[in-house]
Amino acid sequence: MIEIKNIHKSFDGKEILKGISGVFDKGKTNLIIGASGTGKSVLLKCIVGLFQPDDGDVFYDGRDFTHADRNLKIEVRREIGMLFQGGALFDSKTVEQNVMFPLNVLTNMSQEEKLDRVNFCLKRVDLENVNDQMPSEISGGMKKRVGIARAIVNNSQYLFCDEPNSGLDPQTSIRIDNLIQEITQEFDITTIVVTHDMNSVMEIGDYIMFLHQGHKVWEGTENNIAHSDVQELNDFVFANKLMRSLRA
Amino acid sequence: MKSIGKYIIFIGLLFSNREKFSTYVKLILEECVSIGVNSIVLVAIVATFIGAVSTIQTAYNLVSPFIPRYVISQVVRDLTILELAPSIMAIVFAGKVGSHIAGELGTMRITEQIDALEVMGINSASYLVLPKVIAAIITYPLLVIIAGYLAIAGGYMAGAATGVITGAEYIYGLRVDFNPFTVTFAMIKSLVFAFLVASISAYKGFYTSGGALEVGKASTSAVTNSCIAVLCADYLLAQLLL
Repeated sequence: MIEIKNIHKSFDGKEILKGISGVFDKGKTNLIIGASGTGKSVLLKCIVGLFQPDDGDVFYDGRDFTHADRNLKIEVRREIGMLFQGGALFDSKTVEQNVMFPLNVLTNMSQEEKLDRVNFCLKRVDLENVNDQMPSEISGGMKKRVGIARAIVNNSQYLFCDEPNSGLDPQTSIRIDNLIQEITQEFDITTIVVTHDMNSVMEIGDYIMFLHQGHKVWEGTENNIAHSDVQELNDFVFANKLMRSLRA
Repeated sequence: MKSIGKYIIFIGLLFSNREKFSTYVKLILEECVSIGVNSIVLVAIVATFIGAVSTIQTAYNLVSPFIPRYVISQVVRDLTILELAPSIMAIVFAGKVGSHIAGELGTMRITEQIDALEVMGINSASYLVLPKVIAAIITYPLLVIIAGYLAIAGGYMAGAATGVITGAEYIYGLRVDFNPFTVTFAMIKSLVFAFLVASISAYKGFYTSGGALEVGKASTSAVTNSCIAVLCADYLLAQLLL
C-alpha cells in the first residue's frame, strides 16, 4: 500500500501540486487521471522520488519515503518497477539485456537463473523470440511490454506506469492495460497508472484519483465515475462524442 | 559560480553509493574501447601531420646559418612533448569524446533512461559517468604517448622527404639536451586533461533538459567548456610545475 499525504510541489514559483492526499491499495490498479498539465506525472515522480515534494509525505507500506535516509530510499526503490512513457529502454542493449539489467546490477543471481527469470518475464508479457533484438527494431507496443517485463523482473512490490498507452493504437492499448491489471493481481503488487485515456479508466480503474489544476477533486472507482456531480470530472469524462452518447 | 558548485557536487556524486566493484569492471573496459581505442585513428592522423608541419615551419623560421639544423628536431621534440601531444590532442579529444559523452548522456536524460536507473535505486551518476572518467584517465595518457611518438615520426618523415634536415641530424636533435621531466610533465597534464574533458562533458550531458535541440546544445557546450578548462589547466600546470 502507498499512502500520500498533503503533497505540494512548485517549479519556479508556480505551484503544480496543491496538497494531494490519497491511498493506493495493494493488488489494485490505481489510476491518476486528469487533463494534460494538471500535475499527474509530477505527482508520480514525487511518489517514486524523482522529484522531492516541497511539503507532504509518501509512505510505502508505512515506511516514510520522503524523509528517509539514502539507504532506506535505495531499499524502497529496489522494490519499485516503473514503465516510462517512451519505454526508457537502454538503446545500446538488446531486449534480453534490458530486462536482465536490474538483475545484473542489483542481485547476485547466476547467469542461468537470470536468464530463466528474464525468459519468464518476457513470456508473461507475451514476448518470445525477441531476446536478441534491439529496442529500435521492435514496435511501440512491444517496447512497452519489454518495459513492463523489466519493471517486474526483480519481483517488484510497486509498479508505476506513466502514460502506458501513449502512442499506441486502441487494441494494443487495451492489451497493455489488461496486462498491467493481470500482473497487479497475479503478483499482488501496488500499481499506480497515470493516464488520460478514458478506455483505460473504464477497463482497469479499481481506484481512480482525478486531478484538476493541481488539486484532487474526485476519487472513486470505474463504476461510479460516470455518475459524479463534479463538473470538472464530467467535462473530462464526457469530452468525446461517444461518451456523451452513452450518457444520453 | 552556481555551475561550478553544481559541477563539484556532481563529482562528489560519482563516488557516493557506488554499485558493486564487478559492475564497473566491464563498463570501464567497454568505455576504454569507446573512448580510447576508437580515438586512435583520429589522434594518429592529427599527430602525424602536426609533427610534419612543425618540422617544416620550424625549418622555415630558422634562417640563420649559425643555427645548426638539429635544432629543428629539438624544437619539434619539446613542442610535441610539452604542448602538442598532451594539450592540442586534448582539444581534439574534447571534440570527439566530449561531444560523444555529452550527446549520449543527454539523450539518455531526455528519453528517461537516467530516470529509469534512478527509480531502480541505482546511482545513475556513478553508474554512467564514473566508468567514462576512469576510462578517459586510463586511455588518454596512452593516446598522448602514441600522439607524441607519431608527431616526432611525422616530423622525421617530413624533414627527410623535403630535405630540410637529414635523418641523422633529426635523431641527434631529439637526443641532445633531453630533459626526461618533460615526459613526466606531459603525463601529469594528460591525466588532468582526461579528467576535465570526461567529467565536464558528462556533467553537461547529465543535466540536459528538454529535447533534441538541447542535446545538441549540451554537446557544443561540453566541447567549449572542456577546451576552456583544458587551456586554463594547461597554463596553471605550466606555471606550477615548470
